[in-house]
Amino acid sequence: MYHWRWGVLLEEVPSGGATYLDWILSGLATTVAASLAAWTLALLVGTLMGVLRTVPSRTLRAVATAYVELFRNVPLLVQFFVWYFVVPDLLPAALGARVKALPPFTQSFLATWLCLGFFTGARVCEQVRAGIESLARGQRAAALALGFTLPQAYRTVLLPLSFRIILPPLTSELLNIFKNSAVASTINLLELAAQARQLTDYTAQPYESFLTVTALYVGINLALVALMHLLEGRVRVPGFLHGHEERDGGGAPEVAP
Amino acid sequence: MTELDWSAIPAALPLLGRGARVTLEITGAALAGGIALGTVLAVLRVSPARPLSWLSAAYVNTFRTIPLVMVLLWFFLVVPDVLVRVFALPRSADVRFTTTVVAFVLFEAAYFAEIIRAGIQSVSRGQLSAALALGMRREQAMRLIILPQAFRNMTPLLLTQAIVLFQDTSLVFVIGLLDFFGTADAVGRRDGRQAELILFAGAIYFTVSFAASHLVKQLERRLAT
Repeated sequence: MYHWRWGVLLEEVPSGGATYLDWILSGLATTVAASLAAWTLALLVGTLMGVLRTVPSRTLRAVATAYVELFRNVPLLVQFFVWYFVVPDLLPAALGARVKALPPFTQSFLATWLCLGFFTGARVCEQVRAGIESLARGQRAAALALGFTLPQAYRTVLLPLSFRIILPPLTSELLNIFKNSAVASTINLLELAAQARQLTDYTAQPYESFLTVTALYVGINLALVALMHLLEGRVRVPGFLHGHEERDGGGAPEVAP
Repeated sequence: MTELDWSAIPAALPLLGRGARVTLEITGAALAGGIALGTVLAVLRVSPARPLSWLSAAYVNTFRTIPLVMVLLWFFLVVPDVLVRVFALPRSADVRFTTTVVAFVLFEAAYFAEIIRAGIQSVSRGQLSAALALGMRREQAMRLIILPQAFRNMTPLLLTQAIVLFQDTSLVFVIGLLDFFGTADAVGRRDGRQAELILFAGAIYFTVSFAASHLVKQLERRLAT
């Protein structure tokens, strides 16, 4: 029979000065920091590219389409490896050497930030595009007729309205970025999932560490859902149903069975 | 900037082929199992029996809040132990492939269930009423009337999810199972050509996923007209 020993979490680690619970908490902090940093990048890149997907210029639209296709059709794990192992080699020699001289944690964190940011940015881009395209064509025409330049029309009319409409699918992308951050354990980032493994190796009590870490992922998820639910209630556009279907089949429109 | 040298790739092709086979086997098994279990979950979800619907929802929501990497690690570090104990297998038995497939089936079923539920709900309610009025039992109506129409409506979404699944199988890397990507990475490390092999593997994944998603888009257009 398995010998449960929850007390192991409060024992001191071999190197001293911390408990195993401290390790888990530092993993949690890394997961949250990496995910939020990447989310900021994803919103920036995704909004920019989402706008480019809808502008009149063919060239700009093609650039944005290429970005989306590239980042959506390569597995996340491969993208992590490219950012971590390949990109430093492809940089100009001086810059590459400087990246490789960074502390290991910084290297992993930097790669995670860029990887999750650009990966999620491609998904955000498609949501932003769908949001802009869901607006009545008259919105853009009216803004331009009032003498707004195209950038002004996007900034003051199209984007604010779109974001209020696409908040529900964006929420699920935010949840995804936290889940996807677990892949960063493969490039030596000591986040939550990596700590679960490390604890198992050190304590030989896999159930305790795995249950704790899994519960923390569920906790993050529930907290974010509650938070976004509050936000959605505040910004919902009157007259719009919030039943936009998610792309990868995530959430189905809520219809009574 | 380091010069890329692709000369290691041709010699690596036989090994990569073997890895690709593992990737395709996992994808195929997880797809079949995931859709089967997902259908059961979706039917339970829309069932009038509250406890069944609630159980299915709990299952789906639980798996959707946990990262796939964690699910794979759970199954790898914890489940084989249970299997060995329960079925009295020899300690050394390599159950990695089996546990991986089971993990993927259970995980993907949650995502397929949501797609299939949406498909079922996209069939107009009159269809169910008509089937019941014709004297069919609920289970017959589901099997003969609702599900066939639902599957037709949701084929593009299911295929899109299959492409996601194909890409996700690369995550078996975390448990050291040598699929296509794991093999590419291992060969690259062995030959000191890791960058080239990672890029090569990425290009293959891109080509397959890109082509497949374009086929899905065409199918979608055909179904829409």
